[in-house]
Amino acid sequence: MSSAILLPALLLLPLVGAVVVALLRNNDRLARLSALGFSLAELVLAVFAWIAFDAGGARLQLTTSVEWIPQFGVNFALGVDGIALVMIALIAFLVPVVIGASWEEKLPEGRTLGGFLSLILVMETFMVGVFAATDVFLFYVFFEAMLIPAYFLIGRFGGPRRTYAAMKFFLYSLLGGLIMLASVIGVYVTSADVLGKGTFEWAKLVEISKDLSPTAQFWLFLGFFVAFAIKAPLVPLHTWLPDSAAEAPVGVGVLLVGVLDKVGTFGFLRYGLSLFPEASKQLAPLVLVLAVIGILYGAFLAFGQSDMKRFVAFTSIAHFGFIALGIFAFSSQSISGSVLYMVNHGISTGMLFLVVGMVMARGGSRKFSDYGGMAKLTPVLGGLFLVAGLSSLALPGTNSFVSEFLVLVGSFPNEPVFTIIASVGMVLAALYVLRAYQQVMQGPVRGTALVGLAGGPGSATDPESETFKSKIADLSRRELIVLAPLVALVIGLGVYPKPVLDVITPSVTATMTEAGVTDPVVSQEGNK
Amino acid sequence: MTSTYLAEPAKVLAAQGIAQYAWLLIVLPLLGAAILLISGRRSDRWGHLLGSAMVIAAFGYGLALFFSVIGLDPEQRVREVSLFSWIPVEALKVDFGLRLDPLSITFVLLITGVGSLIHIYSIGYMSHDENRRKFFAYLNLFVGAMLILVLGNSFVTLYLGWEGVGLASYLLISFWQHKPSAAEAAKKAFLMNRVGDIGLAVAIFLMFANLGTTQYTEVFERAGELSGGVVLAIALMLLLGACGKSGQFPLQAWLPDAMEGPTPVSALIHAATMVTAGVYLIARSNPIYDLTPDGRLVVTIIGALTLLIGCVIGCAYDDFKKVLAYSTVSQIGYMILAVGLGPFGYALGIMHLLTHGFFKAGLFLGAGSVMHGMNDEGNIRRMGGLARKMPITFVTWGLGYLALIGFPFLSGYYSKDAIIEAAFGQEGWRGWVFGGAALFGAALTAFYMTRLMLLVFFGEKRWEKLKSADGRDYSPHESPKSMTVPMIVLAFGSVFAGFLLSNGGLLSNWLTPSLGTLETAEHGVIPHALVPLLTVALSALGALVAWVIFGRKSVRVPVERPAASWPVRAARADLYTNALNDWLVVKPSLLLTRAFLVVDNKGVDGIVMGTASVLGGGSGVLRRTQTGFVRSYALSMLGGSVLVIAAMLVVRFA
Repeated sequence: MSSAILLPALLLLPLVGAVVVALLRNNDRLARLSALGFSLAELVLAVFAWIAFDAGGARLQLTTSVEWIPQFGVNFALGVDGIALVMIALIAFLVPVVIGASWEEKLPEGRTLGGFLSLILVMETFMVGVFAATDVFLFYVFFEAMLIPAYFLIGRFGGPRRTYAAMKFFLYSLLGGLIMLASVIGVYVTSADVLGKGTFEWAKLVEISKDLSPTAQFWLFLGFFVAFAIKAPLVPLHTWLPDSAAEAPVGVGVLLVGVLDKVGTFGFLRYGLSLFPEASKQLAPLVLVLAVIGILYGAFLAFGQSDMKRFVAFTSIAHFGFIALGIFAFSSQSISGSVLYMVNHGISTGMLFLVVGMVMARGGSRKFSDYGGMAKLTPVLGGLFLVAGLSSLALPGTNSFVSEFLVLVGSFPNEPVFTIIASVGMVLAALYVLRAYQQVMQGPVRGTALVGLAGGPGSATDPESETFKSKIADLSRRELIVLAPLVALVIGLGVYPKPVLDVITPSVTATMTEAGVTDPVVSQEGNK
Repeated sequence: MTSTYLAEPAKVLAAQGIAQYAWLLIVLPLLGAAILLISGRRSDRWGHLLGSAMVIAAFGYGLALFFSVIGLDPEQRVREVSLFSWIPVEALKVDFGLRLDPLSITFVLLITGVGSLIHIYSIGYMSHDENRRKFFAYLNLFVGAMLILVLGNSFVTLYLGWEGVGLASYLLISFWQHKPSAAEAAKKAFLMNRVGDIGLAVAIFLMFANLGTTQYTEVFERAGELSGGVVLAIALMLLLGACGKSGQFPLQAWLPDAMEGPTPVSALIHAATMVTAGVYLIARSNPIYDLTPDGRLVVTIIGALTLLIGCVIGCAYDDFKKVLAYSTVSQIGYMILAVGLGPFGYALGIMHLLTHGFFKAGLFLGAGSVMHGMNDEGNIRRMGGLARKMPITFVTWGLGYLALIGFPFLSGYYSKDAIIEAAFGQEGWRGWVFGGAALFGAALTAFYMTRLMLLVFFGEKRWEKLKSADGRDYSPHESPKSMTVPMIVLAFGSVFAGFLLSNGGLLSNWLTPSLGTLETAEHGVIPHALVPLLTVALSALGALVAWVIFGRKSVRVPVERPAASWPVRAARADLYTNALNDWLVVKPSLLLTRAFLVVDNKGVDGIVMGTASVLGGGSGVLRRTQTGFVRSYALSMLGGSVLVIAAMLVVRFA
C-alpha cells in the first residue's frame, strides 16, 4: 500500500461511515455499531499513518496533490508534518471514545442517535482535513466546513439553550473565517506579485515568506491571527466557548474543546510562524500578554463557575493560555511543549468532560451545588474524576505535566516574567480542580440531584438504603471501557512521552527555522 | 567561618551488582498500589497484607543495598543507575535515573524501615475501616513516590516524587472524605504545597536557562559557573519549595490541619518522612548552597523563626495530634536551621531528621494508640491518668517524650544538642541569635511536651465523668500487638539511635561523599562544653514549669479550655497566621473571582457580542435566533460569505 493514499483514505472513510450510519438511523443499535466500526477502522488507518511517518524525514510527508481549481492554482493537496500527525492521531483516538460515550445519549425529542453519530463522523472528516491540508485555500475550506457539522451538533442535539449557543458559535467562527479569507486571498495576491503566478501551496508560500514587505506580512498575519485567536480562544475572544461547550452534548464538547479549538493553536504554528515570521515576532508580546491573562482569568473563572460544563470550558481557556505562551516564547522546548499540550489537553479535558457527563447522567443537573459526597455512592467514578482532574492540573506522572513543564521551562529563558506569572496558574489549577472534586465527591452525601432522587427534593434520605444505591449506581462496564484508554494514556504519556516527542520535535525545529528563531539554550556537548 | 568552603563534588560512577536493580525499590510499592486500586473490593481480604509485603520487600532490598555499599571505598559510594530518557527535547535532556549514594540510601532505609512498621501498625489500626485496602494502596503510593523523590538523579525526577508525595498526602488526609473538615484540610495542604512547588519549579527553570541541564551530576559540577545572583535566586527558590513541603514559615499552616488524616499517616508522612523532604532538598543541593552564604543565612533565619513559632503554638493547643504536629513544625525548623549552617550543619540536619523520624513516629503511633483506646478522642483535656490503663503505650511514648526533650543520652540529646552547638558556633550576632533561638526552643519544647505528658497520662482521670462524642463511655484499653510492637521498635530507636549514629561521627562520616566533610566551628560565642549543660538545664526548667502549672496534686485541669491572656489566645489562634493567609490570599482571590465573573458575563461578552451583532447585520440577531430565524440567518451569512469570496476573486482576476 502506497503511503500516499493514507491521508485520502483517512478523509474518505469517516465520510462513507457517515452515509452508512445516516442510512441506518432508524435502528439505534445498528447505527451505533457501524459508527463505532468505522471510527475504529479510522483509528487503525491513523496507526498506519503513524508507522509510515518518518520522524527524521521530509518536512511534509504522506503527501498527495490533485489539481482542483487550476485557474487560481488551488490544489487538493494533503500532507502532514509531525505536528499535524499527532493531531490526526488524537482525532482518530477520541472519536471512537466519544461514540462509546454517546452510546445511550439522551437526545432532544425527535432526534435519532444515527443522525447524531453520522454528523460526528462528518466532523471527523473535516477535522482530519483541516490538519492534513497543505494548500492554504483547502485549509480555509476545511476550516469553514468544520463549522457546519459542529453547528448542527450543538444546535440540534444540545441542551436547553442550544440555539443561542450554536448561533453564537457560528457567528464568532464565521467572523473569524471571513477575516481569514481576506488574508488567504491576500496571500495569493502577494505570491503572484513575487512569483509572477499566484499560489496557495503552503510550502511555496513559506519559501517566499521572506520576500514579503513587513507591512504586508503584518496585515496578512493579523487576518489569520484573529481567526485563530477566536478558535483557540484567547481572552477576550473566548466567550463563545463556555456557552457552546455547556450546551453541546458531552461527546461534542469533547471534540469541540479537545480538537476543533486546536486548529487555532495549530494555525499559529503552521500559518503564523512559518508564513509570517516577522509579523509573528512583532505580535508576540501581545499574544504573550493575552496568553498569561488567559491563564489567570480562565483559572479564576473556572473556580467561580457553578455549572460543571462551563467549568470545564474555562479550565480549557486557562490551558490554551499555556499553549499560546509556549508557541510565542519561541524555543524548541516551549513549542514542542505546546504541541504536546494540544494532544494532552485533548486527552485530559476530554476525560474531564466525559467524567462530568457521567456525573450529570446520574444526577440530571449541571450545577455543582446539586451534588455532594458522591464518591461514597460511586467510588470508581469518584476516583476517575480525580484522575481526570489531576491530569488537568498537570500533576507530575500524568501526561499534562510533561507538556506544561516543557512550556514553562522552555519559555523561561526568553520570557522569564511571563513564565513566572504563568506558574501561578499551577496553584490556581489545583484550586479549581480540587474545589470541583470537593464539591461533587467529598463530604456527606447531599445536594438535590442526589438526595432528591430517592425521595423528592431535599428529603432526608439514608444513603445506605438500597433504593438510593440503585438510583445512583457506580460506573457501568461500558463507561469503564470508554474511560480506560484515556487513563492509560494519561499515565502512559506521563511516564514515557518520548515516542510522541520524537515525532513532534523535528517539525518544531523546522518551524523555528522557517520562523528564523533559534533556541536560547543550546546543548552543551554541541552535537546538535 | 570559611565562607569560601567548596566541597569537591564526588565522582559519580555507574552502579554495579545488586545496585542495578534499585528500580525495584520504586516499582514494588507502586505495583502494590496499582494492584490494590485496580482490583477493587476483590482484594479487600488480602490487600493490607500485599501492601505491607511490598514495603517490607523494599526494606529488605534497601538493607541489601546498604550492605553492598558499605563494602565500597568512600570514593566509590556515589553511583547512578540510568533507566530511560524521560523528557528529551533538543538541549533539554531529562533522564530518569537513580542516584545511589549515602544520602539517598539513608533515606531509603528510613522510608522503608519506618514505612514497614507503620504498615504493620495500620493493619490493626484500620481493621474496622471498610476501605482499609484503599488505605494501604495510598500508603504504597506514598512510599513509591517518596522513594522517587530521594532516589531520582535530577531535579525533575525529584519534582515528580515531590508532587507525588503531595498527592499521596492529599489522598490520605482526606481518607475519611465524608468529613468536610478532612476534605478541606487535604485541599489546603495540596494548595499550600503547590505554592512552594512554584519555587522548586522556578529553580529548575533557572538551572535549565543558565546551565542547560537539570541532572544533579551536571548541575553540581558546574554550579560554580553561575553568577552570584543566579545562585542566590536558585537557593531561595529551592527554599520556598522546602518551606511548602516541610511546613516552614510562611507555609506552615497546612501541617496541623493535616492531622485530619488517620494517625498512621500523621506518623509516617507528616512527621517522619515527607515533611522532612525540604531538609533533604537543601542537603542534596549542598553544592549550590555552599556557594551562597546569603542564601544559607535566609535558610537559617527561616529555620530559627519556624522552630520558635512551632514551639509557641504547640504550648497552647489541646488537641493531642495538633500539639505533636506543631512540635514537628518546630523540630523541622531545627533541621532547616542546621542545613542552613552549610558545611557546619548538613550532616547534623540529617542526623536530627533520622532520630526525629524514630521518636516522632513513635509519639504519633502512641497518640494513635491512646485515641484508639479512647473512642477516637483527641482532646487532651478529656484524658488524664492513662498510664496505668495503657502501660506499653505509656512506656514507649514516655521514651519518645524523653528523647524529644533531649533527656541526656537519649536520641534527641545527641542530635538536637549538636544543632544548638553548631548554631552557637556561628560568629557575632548570628551565634547569639540562632543559638539563643535554638536554646529557647529547647526549653519551650520541654514545656509543651511535659504538659502533654501530664495531661494525658497523669493526674485525675477526667474521662471517667464524660461521654465521647458518639455518646459512649470511655473505656481506655491497651492496643493489640500489631500496634504495640511497632511502637516498641520505634522506642528502641528513640533511645539508642542518637548514640549509635553520633558515636565516632558514624553518620557524618558515612554521609561525607554526599554532603562533604562536617566542619566544626573553632570558636563560638559561648564555649562548647557549656552548651549541653545549658540545654539540659533550660529543658529541665521548661519541664518544671509545666509540672507546676499542670502536674501538681492540687491542680485541677478544667475539661473546657479556660479563657486566657492575650499571648495564649494568640498562640491558640496559630499566632494569627491563618487569619493572615485569609486576609492576604483567600479573601482577595474570592473577590477577584467574583469580579471576573461579573466582568466576563456583562463586560467582555457584552462588548464582543454587541460588535458581532452589529457586524452580523443588526442588533436583533441573537434575539431572533431564539425565535426560529436561526437557519435563515446562518444560511444568508454563509451565502454572503460565498458572495464576498466570489466578488474578491472576480475583482482581482476578471
